[in-house]
Amino acid sequence: MSEWEPKIVTILCNWCTYGAADLAGVNRLQYPTNFKVIRVPCTGRISPKMILAAFRSGADGVWISGCHPGDCHYIEGNFYARRRFTMLKALLKHVGIDERRLHFSWISAAEGPKFAATAKEVIASVKQAGPAHQLIKTKAQVI
Amino acid sequence: MTGYTEKIREAAKRLLTEKKVDCFIGFRKGSVPMVNYPVIVSDPAKADELIWDANCAMNLANYVIGRKDKVGILATGCVARNLVTLVQENQIKREQLYIIGLPCSGMIDKSQVIDKYGDVEIVSVIDKGDTFAVEAGDKTDVLKKADFLSRNCKICAHHNPIEYDEIIGDKVADPETYIKPEDVKKSESMSDAERWEFFEKTFSPCIRCYACRNACPMCYCPTCFVDESRPQWVGKSSDETDTLTFHFLRALHLAGRCTDCGACERACPIDIPVRYLTSRLNADAKEIYGFESGLDPKMRPLLDHYKLDDLNDFFK
Repeated sequence: MSEWEPKIVTILCNWCTYGAADLAGVNRLQYPTNFKVIRVPCTGRISPKMILAAFRSGADGVWISGCHPGDCHYIEGNFYARRRFTMLKALLKHVGIDERRLHFSWISAAEGPKFAATAKEVIASVKQAGPAHQLIKTKAQVI
Repeated sequence: MTGYTEKIREAAKRLLTEKKVDCFIGFRKGSVPMVNYPVIVSDPAKADELIWDANCAMNLANYVIGRKDKVGILATGCVARNLVTLVQENQIKREQLYIIGLPCSGMIDKSQVIDKYGDVEIVSVIDKGDTFAVEAGDKTDVLKKADFLSRNCKICAHHNPIEYDEIIGDKVADPETYIKPEDVKKSESMSDAERWEFFEKTFSPCIRCYACRNACPMCYCPTCFVDESRPQWVGKSSDETDTLTFHFLRALHLAGRCTDCGACERACPIDIPVRYLTSRLNADAKEIYGFESGLDPKMRPLLDHYKLDDLNDFFK
């Protein structure tokens, strides 16, 4: 059997990190392809429900990335997001979900290399945590 | 806290006759011991039905949401904080409220009393200040209130209402430092696996009656996330993952809004310590942002404002 590879849900802000992912591609930077990208207008658009939905659907890890604080296209979206994620992270830790499964970063559209490096870091960290087994909604079984 | 009843009746009668308020929200005696009913009085003649004792544990702030008239309401420390949060969140205007503040020394945890007596039927429970008399079977015991306080009242940091129009009774001393709940403190030294096991064990017996949600004055969304179907965030069945998700998100929605009034825990028919999750968030809001909900009507709720130098450690 081949080695287990993690599935990671990545939510990127349209204006910064999505641009950084594009730039990394244009620069032909190599990084593993364990993640599926979801593009949103702003990290402030991301509800903790969405992150939980990813875990419930069996994601081994979630990675959220957006503009640096102060650089938000909508001026202050990521400041609100930062507080929300702080609370979410605290509660996930409190219920015993491995901290290595949830990652956050600020990557601007000019930081292609940082995107590739962070992607490697996130994937390595989720690999260490192993396959997810908590909070996964199993489908009804026909017997 | 004894002796409040007369003053409350007098105040309610006065406010209603002078037409300062259109209705008055308080408690009346329930038909079983240790359960008082919330009541909305609009006729001054009926103000004599109002009572107050250590069993008035439901959160009255629930009943002001969306009201259009002027409301008189009784508020202990936690209820006053809930009212302030509701004002901050534009659920009611401060001018619509006439708050009668009641310094509170804590409510009796009825499940502890019922547990003590087991199968013996409790006939009546009378509040006598520091003690309370329980008539059960054919004898009467006098019990110390301190031994039977609700878990949230034991660690209460704001016994006295912070926002009020008039106050009844003498102020109660608050603890000097913030007290962290025992189970939250214990969880900090546990491993991830142990915490998960505890979370699963504690919350999986839940039958999803949503009593905790309905008892909470901060849960007023017209459509709760559990009822949404497109997308469906939480399944409707009694699947364990759905139950855990419900509790997780319910707590998260109360981040920076919960005042630890304990209404959720009291409403639970199977005594799940549902405050386990909200207490963690309250502790974090205090530790990370120095924030406690409902202390200042001019302040925005925790997640509705930000500072440039907020905690940023965990961002790469």
